[in-house]
Amino acid sequence: MAGRLTASFRKRHSPAISISADFTLESGDGRITVLFGPSGSGKTTILRCLAGLDRPQDGFIRCDDATWFDAVAGVHVPPQRRHLGYVSQEYGLFPHLTVAQNISFGMPARAGSVADRIDRILQRVHLDGMADRVPGRLSGGERQRVALARVLAREPKVILLDEPLAALDLPLRDPMRRELREFLRSIDVPSVLVTHDRVDALTIGDRMAVLSGGGIRQIGPVDEVFSRPIDVAVAASVGVETVVPGEVVEHADGLATVRVGSASVRAAGDAVGGGASRAVFVCIRAEDVVVETAAHDGLSARNRWSGRVVGVQHEGAVVRVAIECGFALSALLTRPAYDELRLASGSPVTAVVKATAVHLIPR
Amino acid sequence: MDWSAIALSLRLAAATTLVLLAIGLPLAAWLAFSKRRGRWLVDAVVALPLVLPPTVLGFYVLVALGPRSPIGYAYEALTGSRIVFSFQGLLIASVLYSLPFAVQPFAAAFAAVDRSLIETAWCLGASKLRTFTRVVMPLARPGIVAGVVLSFAHTIGEFGVVLMVGGNLPGRTRTISVSIYDDVQAFDYARAGRTAAVLLVFSFIVLATTYRQQRRAGRAWPVA
Repeated sequence: MAGRLTASFRKRHSPAISISADFTLESGDGRITVLFGPSGSGKTTILRCLAGLDRPQDGFIRCDDATWFDAVAGVHVPPQRRHLGYVSQEYGLFPHLTVAQNISFGMPARAGSVADRIDRILQRVHLDGMADRVPGRLSGGERQRVALARVLAREPKVILLDEPLAALDLPLRDPMRRELREFLRSIDVPSVLVTHDRVDALTIGDRMAVLSGGGIRQIGPVDEVFSRPIDVAVAASVGVETVVPGEVVEHADGLATVRVGSASVRAAGDAVGGGASRAVFVCIRAEDVVVETAAHDGLSARNRWSGRVVGVQHEGAVVRVAIECGFALSALLTRPAYDELRLASGSPVTAVVKATAVHLIPR
Repeated sequence: MDWSAIALSLRLAAATTLVLLAIGLPLAAWLAFSKRRGRWLVDAVVALPLVLPPTVLGFYVLVALGPRSPIGYAYEALTGSRIVFSFQGLLIASVLYSLPFAVQPFAAAFAAVDRSLIETAWCLGASKLRTFTRVVMPLARPGIVAGVVLSFAHTIGEFGVVLMVGGNLPGRTRTISVSIYDDVQAFDYARAGRTAAVLLVFSFIVLATTYRQQRRAGRAWPVA
């Protein structure tokens, strides 16, 4: 079943504040979309409009052949009839119902035993034997699983998750991120996950949409959005970083060697989490990149890459320099440093980055 | 001891509580969830019996239900009996008098239910009615129990309204408090004392049981 959600709408909170969104979500390889932005940027508003909990003033929302909202035609399908897998912040588990009752609450009527269906779903989210517990007696991770089980039972057309990991203690987040991604990849419907956490975006999303200034500024594959933000606002909100996919090829003496494009990157070891995963995102903050014009050689804990300047962008007191050195690297220089180096598009440069400033995120 | 007065009071309180559940729950739900502008007006009307002297309320009910009023006239034409000085008249007066004691705890409990749980239920396909019965009501149970107990106890103890609307007809409108008042007027302190003691013990048992239940409920449902 090919799921497809097309939305183009505007929600006004007051004459001065409005949020607009314009995007298409599809099942398949890019099915997990992360709606990313700082708090107050309107992420939750967009999610609520998709769910039908809020009603936009303009535009339309369509899911497959059904129109969920159309301002001109005056159509607004209530959340009850949108077949959603909606998970609110803190999961919204009913505290007075058992795990099994929570799961069966939204289960569509169907032939066959309800208890059997619940058992199968519980097995799938690794909650066997928990059917009769109440949510108050579950751990944070178990609650998330119950929320996901409830989504599964609903047989949704779209899955909407509002900051699903914010309620978890830090040590739990990493494993739950992995679990959440596996879960969302196991159902072939589009899902939207709201977060303000960059690590959530990198580890869970296939695609990301960046919200800033009342609208979606950029939408695309996660690594592309991180490494090639289309404007300063997006760059600022994703954290001014170089994010490129790479493969760990060697791990020795606390240093990981990662192949990125045609270049080789060294990163301080612990970042990979024991070296379990070979596919990683290499993240480098632009202010950690030192740019030199003289070519140096020699082995150290520093990365040295020769490349060319491919773009220069003035951002007030600082200058962002895009460097092509086997991969696209973003560097941030102060104005005096930039003037001293006499850089221009095409200038040959050496980019220097300490291995400890390279952050690896498993993907 | 005036057993017939005790029985009448219990019957009146039970009936009043049932009627208040039937009209109080929807009214409270409307007050808690409606976004209409006129809400404050309804709030004020519901709270009126809290501040009005019972005799004032009783007076208006008496006038409104009397044989010369349209309601009283229609009732008499239909049933052949008068509504004032009858159990039915008492019931109507008691419902009005105890309305805030039911509606206010109900509405407060509904409003305290986590909004995201209600929305989650909608997104899971539950209609507004099903959401109300399966999610809102169970979570508001302590408040509903409180409203029921308060209106029951309040009706048992009412005096002024009963006297105005019901008069003092043994077995029909003479409730506990009226009976005690009569006994005191007749200097039968012993009989008044026995009836009063029954009322006191009964009220205490009801309240103690309720609070015990509430405590238990609080532990069984740790709402995080």
